[in-house]
Amino acid sequence: MENIKIDRELDLKGEVCPFTFVKSKLILEQMAEGEVLKVILDYKPSVENVPKSMREEGQEVLQVNQIGDNLWEVIVRKVR
Amino acid sequence: MSFQFTEEQIKRYSRHIILPEVGGKGQQKLLQSKVLVIGAGGLGSPSLYYLAAAGVGTIGIVDFDVVDFSNLQRQILHNTERVGMPKVLSAKQTLEALNPDVKIITYNQKINKDNVLDIIKDYDIVLDGSDNFPTRFLINDACYFLGKPLVSAAILRFEGQLTTFDYRDKENTPCYRCLFPEPPPPGLVPSCQEAGLLGVVGGIMGTLQANEALKLILEIGEPLVGRLLVFDALTTEFNTVKLRKDKKCPLCGENPTVKELIEYDQSCDIHF
Repeated sequence: MENIKIDRELDLKGEVCPFTFVKSKLILEQMAEGEVLKVILDYKPSVENVPKSMREEGQEVLQVNQIGDNLWEVIVRKVR
Repeated sequence: MSFQFTEEQIKRYSRHIILPEVGGKGQQKLLQSKVLVIGAGGLGSPSLYYLAAAGVGTIGIVDFDVVDFSNLQRQILHNTERVGMPKVLSAKQTLEALNPDVKIITYNQKINKDNVLDIIKDYDIVLDGSDNFPTRFLINDACYFLGKPLVSAAILRFEGQLTTFDYRDKENTPCYRCLFPEPPPPGLVPSCQEAGLLGVVGGIMGTLQANEALKLILEIGEPLVGRLLVFDALTTEFNTVKLRKDKKCPLCGENPTVKELIEYDQSCDIHF
């Protein structure tokens, strides 16, 4: 796995849709273009929905990884 | 850019924040914006309701009237228990219950040439939901002189009209007087007290007024500038008529004659 520099990490354990995306988006909006956000999720539908919505907004989804039992990370680069 | 929303605000405005055209940035703009609504009646009820729900941070309401039973067929901010209460207070109660983020400023007074500039000057956008021509002309001229965007709507019987005058750009926007140079002679145009009005027409046109205001604040879409939208409730048809800037306009034309505020006589003052 390539080594990606993470600029910001957001722990969204316990959050569900659509607030996983809403909270991720709010953080990303406050980051600079090119910076990378890592989001930690434990709500399975969000593992599909957050990357999908991020792509729809024109952001670059770098990785989606399962990192534990019922635990995932989504890594997004801010493009715009 | 940075913003700090509470958990409650993130939930309250999530459907806005999800929209690419709004986001946290747009919601922040809404919370920082100031909109003045003149008239808490048939048009003001829906526009105020949606502006408050949207989180427009400061909302001014001008109305000198009290709630009457005859208002309740369309003026959804008010209710039966509030008959006799000043409309601005009734409106404030309803809107504060809906969204405590919004600061409501009330003006329980009749708008006139001595107070209009003072009331309007601190707001970003003005919505005209008044019910008489003298007030409409006064609001228009004041917004023109102060360079404030004016979202104007009118309703009668089964018809509604809507247009936006963006007086921040006076060169490129027609004005209300390009459309109506002077108030009509008394008695020519009936008031809704005389002619009647289907309540939902106010709901539709007032909601569209709020839409125009939100677009102006968010700087998205195309404002209804230089276009008059006409709605017919009987056929459920919307038509758009192009408005042109009139070179001979007494306010914004080449040789303006209206250079200060004019208070016209109330052309008709029937109370049923």
